Amino acid sequence: MNNVYYGKLIFELSKEGRCGYSLPENECADYKMADLPANLMRAEAPALPEVDELTVVRHYTNMSNNNFGVDTGFYPLGSCTMKYNPKINEDMAAHPAFTGLHPLQPAGTVDGALEVYYNLQMSLAELAGMSEFTLNPFAGAHGELTGLMIIRSYHMDRGDVKRTKIIVPDSAHGTNPASAAVCGLDVVVVKSRPDGTVDVEDLKPLLDDTIAGMMMTNPNTLGIFEHNIAEIAKLVHEAGGLMYYDGANLNPMLGKVRPGDIGFDVMHINLHKTFSTPHGGGGPGSGPVGVRKGLEQFLPNPRVMKDDVDHFYVENNDKSLGFISGFLGNFAVIMRAYTYILTLGYNNIKNVGPLATLNANYIKESLKDCYELPIGGVCKHEFVFDGLKDKSTGVTTLDVAKRLLDYGFHSPTIYFPLLFHEALMIEPTENESKETLDGFIEVMKTIAREAKEDPEMVKSAPHNTPVRRLDDTQAALHPIVTYRELQAEA
Amino acid sequence: MSKIIDGLYYSESHEYVKVDGEFGYIGITDYAQHELGNVVYVDMPEVDDEVAAGEEFGAVESVKAASDLLSPVSGTVVEVNEALEDEPGLINKDAFENWIIKVELSDKSELDGLMDAAAYKAMIGE
Repeated sequence: MNNVYYGKLIFELSKEGRCGYSLPENECADYKMADLPANLMRAEAPALPEVDELTVVRHYTNMSNNNFGVDTGFYPLGSCTMKYNPKINEDMAAHPAFTGLHPLQPAGTVDGALEVYYNLQMSLAELAGMSEFTLNPFAGAHGELTGLMIIRSYHMDRGDVKRTKIIVPDSAHGTNPASAAVCGLDVVVVKSRPDGTVDVEDLKPLLDDTIAGMMMTNPNTLGIFEHNIAEIAKLVHEAGGLMYYDGANLNPMLGKVRPGDIGFDVMHINLHKTFSTPHGGGGPGSGPVGVRKGLEQFLPNPRVMKDDVDHFYVENNDKSLGFISGFLGNFAVIMRAYTYILTLGYNNIKNVGPLATLNANYIKESLKDCYELPIGGVCKHEFVFDGLKDKSTGVTTLDVAKRLLDYGFHSPTIYFPLLFHEALMIEPTENESKETLDGFIEVMKTIAREAKEDPEMVKSAPHNTPVRRLDDTQAALHPIVTYRELQAEA
Repeated sequence: MSKIIDGLYYSESHEYVKVDGEFGYIGITDYAQHELGNVVYVDMPEVDDEVAAGEEFGAVESVKAASDLLSPVSGTVVEVNEALEDEPGLINKDAFENWIIKVELSDKSELDGLMDAAAYKAMIGE
């Protein structure tokens, strides 16, 4: 981790009158500004920083050095799948043949782009065991909403208007109930068993003719495979509901299990998790939605189709739930995911899930003597520790996370899921070498030892970072996010 | 060691009820505020809203997590602690003094299903 902190603001570098360019004489000088509508006119000039080009370049380069990302170090953030973004993805997404396209160009002039859409739709359908995908949703939660709208459209199309409830496990990601609420569905919570999997006995009485479907993440939020999935899907289908697969944890399944083969009818995929497109902060995301055979007509408009002479076209369908986005989603993200799939190829992509699973289990087994493992056995791509095994030192999960920064690692996810008090959720992904995993394991063991020998030192970590513990309470209560607010404070 | 007050009723989800005649003051326990860390926002119902035993009536957001508030008893909200809107950290200062809602109890027999101080103390293992 870079320990020289660059903390200047571009506004602080501003010198009145300094300018980084020279423009030719204004040929429109006689244009009457007064002709513009009064409500569109600024009362005063914007307060922009006045800086030269070299100052701007140094400022942003130095600022980017403050950043910690998957390109600078290990980033085992559980529930997020922070996998490496291969650079060839960027090359393809930045290809002028694609970046020069305009979204309003006639379909007949963008055959290549439509072919990318179509091929990615079909690749995802093959990998997930679905019939067809839409790439239109802009993010995972947007995909969830789209998927639930498909489920509603399916019931409405059959004239079955009383199905207004959706079942969500209590261990689900918060986006599930939120998406359901936005879709106008009432959330019914099904309880988990101590190992975090769905309690089938608790599910049975919830199933009646008002249930539209059930949302599940598999493996679940604790990284445990829902081994009763076949029975759960059967019960929900017998009650007339559809099964929705939240693709947040698709990574360990890739190449081994297809959601469509284990009873799911509708699903979304986070391209920014499983298919290596950038994730978090930078984004943007993409949440393609897939459906099994028989539900294709409800997918959002427009759909990208192929005719029998291999030409591509877009089509709007009357039975569709309608439009959920402008144009066809985040094309540059779609381009990156398609590149990732082609770069790996069908045989290599089958290793993604098994290697992600192997790496997670390797860390878990190596550390379970120092850290409390509440759920034993084989996990999938991620797992949860409930803090240090020795609770007598008073060193918390937050302290461990802060101390990790001193050793140059990004912290895992902490205090999520809420099922455990001291949750520490680790997901290494398939990308990391054994040397990196061993380095992380060694540091985690060292911190466990430090917690016993010198707890105060761990509780006051980090010590080697440019900033120490920040005031997260004030940051939440009283955020200062603009230069103007900062000036007002001073 | 968390503070636990005798004479209050406690729920498994770490809310308490302090009974005053027909009314109950509902808040989160000292143990709960300690587990949550610094509270930065309290989402509260409005006066005249109905709350039901075991059902959500709001949420507490801390620097660590957002947690639903489950009402230990049923009734009608007669007052909300407006001081928490500007200063949610009051809950960290004294969780028992700074109750969240005051409810007119609709079924006092529900109190029998809650824990007393000793049982709550045993539940949190202190």
